Amino acid sequence: MSTLLAIRDLDLTLGSKPPVRLLRRVSLQVEPGQIVGLVGESGAGKTMVSRVVLGIAPANARVTHGSVAFAARDITHLSEAQRRPLLGREIAFIPQNPMTALNPVERIGPQITDVLRMHLDLGRTDAQDRALALLREVHLREPQRILRQHPHELSGGMRQRVLIAIAFACKPKLVIADEPTTALDVTVQKQILQLIRELQRNSGTAILFITHDLGVVAKLCDHVVVMHGGRVLESAAAARLFENPTHAYTRALFAATPRFDRPADELKPIPAALTQQLNEEARVLDARDA
Amino acid sequence: MSANYILRRLFWAIPTLIGVAILVFVLVRVVPGDPIAMMLPPGATAEDVGRLRALYGLDAPIPKQFVAWMGDVLRGNFGTSISLREGVVRLVMSRLPATLELVIVAVAVACAFAALAAVGAVYFRGRWPELVVDGLSGLVLAIPDFLWGLLFVLVLGVLLPVLPISGRIDPTLDFNPATGFYLAEALLRLRWDAFADLMKHILLPALALALPLAAALTRVLKGSLIDAMNQDYVTLVRVKGYSRARILWRVALRNALIPTVTLTGVQFSFLIGGTVLIEYIFSYPGIGNLAIAAVNQRDLPLIQGLVLTFAVLFILTNLLVDMAYSILNPRVRQS
Amino acid sequence: MKVIAVLRNPRVAFGVLVLVVLIVAAAGATRLSPHDPLEQDLLNSFQHPGASDGDQSHPLGTDSLGRDILSRLIFGARPALIVAFVAALFAGLIGTALGLAAGYFGGRLDAAISRLVDIWMSFPSVLLCIVLAAVLGAGLHTVIIAIVVIDWTRFCRVVRAETMLQKSLDYVASAVTIGLGPGRILASEILPNVAPLLLTLFTLEMGIAIVVEAILSFVGLSVSSGVPTWGGIIQEGRLYVNQAWWLMAAPMACIIVAVLGLNALGDGLREAIDPVKAR
Repeated sequence: MSTLLAIRDLDLTLGSKPPVRLLRRVSLQVEPGQIVGLVGESGAGKTMVSRVVLGIAPANARVTHGSVAFAARDITHLSEAQRRPLLGREIAFIPQNPMTALNPVERIGPQITDVLRMHLDLGRTDAQDRALALLREVHLREPQRILRQHPHELSGGMRQRVLIAIAFACKPKLVIADEPTTALDVTVQKQILQLIRELQRNSGTAILFITHDLGVVAKLCDHVVVMHGGRVLESAAAARLFENPTHAYTRALFAATPRFDRPADELKPIPAALTQQLNEEARVLDARDA
Repeated sequence: MSANYILRRLFWAIPTLIGVAILVFVLVRVVPGDPIAMMLPPGATAEDVGRLRALYGLDAPIPKQFVAWMGDVLRGNFGTSISLREGVVRLVMSRLPATLELVIVAVAVACAFAALAAVGAVYFRGRWPELVVDGLSGLVLAIPDFLWGLLFVLVLGVLLPVLPISGRIDPTLDFNPATGFYLAEALLRLRWDAFADLMKHILLPALALALPLAAALTRVLKGSLIDAMNQDYVTLVRVKGYSRARILWRVALRNALIPTVTLTGVQFSFLIGGTVLIEYIFSYPGIGNLAIAAVNQRDLPLIQGLVLTFAVLFILTNLLVDMAYSILNPRVRQS
Repeated sequence: MKVIAVLRNPRVAFGVLVLVVLIVAAAGATRLSPHDPLEQDLLNSFQHPGASDGDQSHPLGTDSLGRDILSRLIFGARPALIVAFVAALFAGLIGTALGLAAGYFGGRLDAAISRLVDIWMSFPSVLLCIVLAAVLGAGLHTVIIAIVVIDWTRFCRVVRAETMLQKSLDYVASAVTIGLGPGRILASEILPNVAPLLLTLFTLEMGIAIVVEAILSFVGLSVSSGVPTWGGIIQEGRLYVNQAWWLMAAPMACIIVAVLGLNALGDGLREAIDPVKAR
């Protein structure tokens, strides 16, 4: 099978004078059915990568180099109207903060059925039935009642389950999950991760999983891409990366991540010298590409 | 949002109404100069004045007058208009439907304008339609409200005399409504000729009344829409594959209405006050026009009745705005 | 000096120009007017603007009774300006006094005054106007009293907030420590610092007052019909709008220019005095 999502040498630039480079020649691939972890500190450009794929990059940011291909089709410069049939249908999204991602004035029901009716042409009752089934699939109790409730009547964990149900509603080929557990309690985090993995196994959907948490990556992902300062530093199969990280930054990231098999006082912050060196490299790259 | 809540709100309106009643009663009785004497033609004797005072019960001690007056008011008896020699209640009731129709049409026009203008401006953000909307709403707000009615009269009376600038209905029209709600009745009886004529007459006053409200609404709604467009829930529907128009109408607008109602609620009661002048300008036979006539004639019983009627309208408007708010906001509705 | 810098602000310059024109028109009405504003000339009624026959020239035309519109407009500036100054002055005095007291002394006095302001502002101004006009009858005093009664709250709210702000600053604390009484502090320390803000409010209130005067003279509740007022001229013109549009247009233009000028002056002063807060 061919590669599902192929990002090649992507540059994203904000504004013009002076331009700010948000992404620096980013390349990554997601194979069908694969879970790819996109890891890095905040500001590394992980979210920007996902925004370019979804076509929701900031209005004044432009792709100045490279391409994004989805299912062997170039989608780098699609217009809003051209991209729309893909969104929610082929590529779906699980947002970071379930508390703010649902429309507060609309009941849960129509927020699930809208994608079904729009993309799958389901009638009202069919969509309703499918929504009920989806809520059961994400293990929400009393799905009938939830369909009639407003977002503020649900807990954060319940809302994230609803959002996951929406993402998987049309059986998309790719789900982009942007830190889907960061805003949740630790116990709920675990359940949500389990749920995502379960749904992924049942549906065979590929997932681009964006996170700053290496622990989550270790449990979930087949492949890992490490980013810093808008560029990819290392990309490897998860097993290989955890056994033998090649890039100094990846090693530093490991050292800075809390683990159960290691006392907390062994945690080391990312060395300032390393960050400085990476920034210096980025400047050299910018000079080269300018 | 329960019947209970509405009843409670109505209950709390009672003290306000009593306050207004007392205020009106007291003010009217501390009048410098004697309104009774002014009602009589010059050359009336002191005896005539005394007789008239007795007739209107103005010769009793003030507390006694108040008790008598309150008793009458509670029984729905507001006395007789001095200048028109007709029962105050009958007069007000015959004029009230005209004002209500005017207000309802004006509110509908203002809301429709504001929604279209604000959604249009946000849809074409940064392009010429936004500049047009900003410019027009700025212009409407810069010029004092009451001049808009006069500008309409001026422009449409002279340059484009297509719409009538006075009255409520063409008197030669064969239309005999059973109620005061001409517009509603013409619609229900499918009298399209009458309906068209009534709409032609109501359009300009309603537009003049609606314009300042529409401009204020547009401003606030546009700001709220822009805020809403930056929310996470809009990002989510974007990646669900919603078109921009659908996002604006179906998602952002509903959310933006909540802060808009909060911020512009007061403006709706300004609209009630605005009817007084607009009705006068367009010779529209509502209670506003009646109020100006009553004040000019110093027709105290009529003024008392009208002021209380207006107070009730203000209270009802506030109640309706509150209800709209709680219908729009599910969080309030359920608590 | 500072005054010249403030005048460089285009809004202030425009506003001052409008105000000066108004004052000159009102003060020199008898000399400036080409005609007696009350002089009737029934043979020359409804003259077009600019029309002239021999020695009788009427730059803005004549009304139904052949009276000169320009002269009537110039004389109409008098009631407008009188109402604007007097009403804004008294609304300012009452509002400022209560605002200073509430802001400086705080506590129960503040709670009482603030509550009063809230209730007052929730009361529809049209009703207040109707009741006052009914009680007082038509006349310039009615117009002024109505404006003062309705609008003192504007001053009160702003002055209260500003006083509380000033009171929290160091210089007031030092004035207290050297033993100045509240009266002295309010008059010599706080009031001068609130003054620029008051000037802005006063200017904006003048604009409002001119509109209210026009409205009330339009509906016949201002000065008696013998005295020309802008609202009164509009009212007379409304009856003949199909024959003589200029009867309505000219006074409306006066009101619009006066209000835009005063609003520009108020906004410009706010900008010039406190560029940060104007944002």
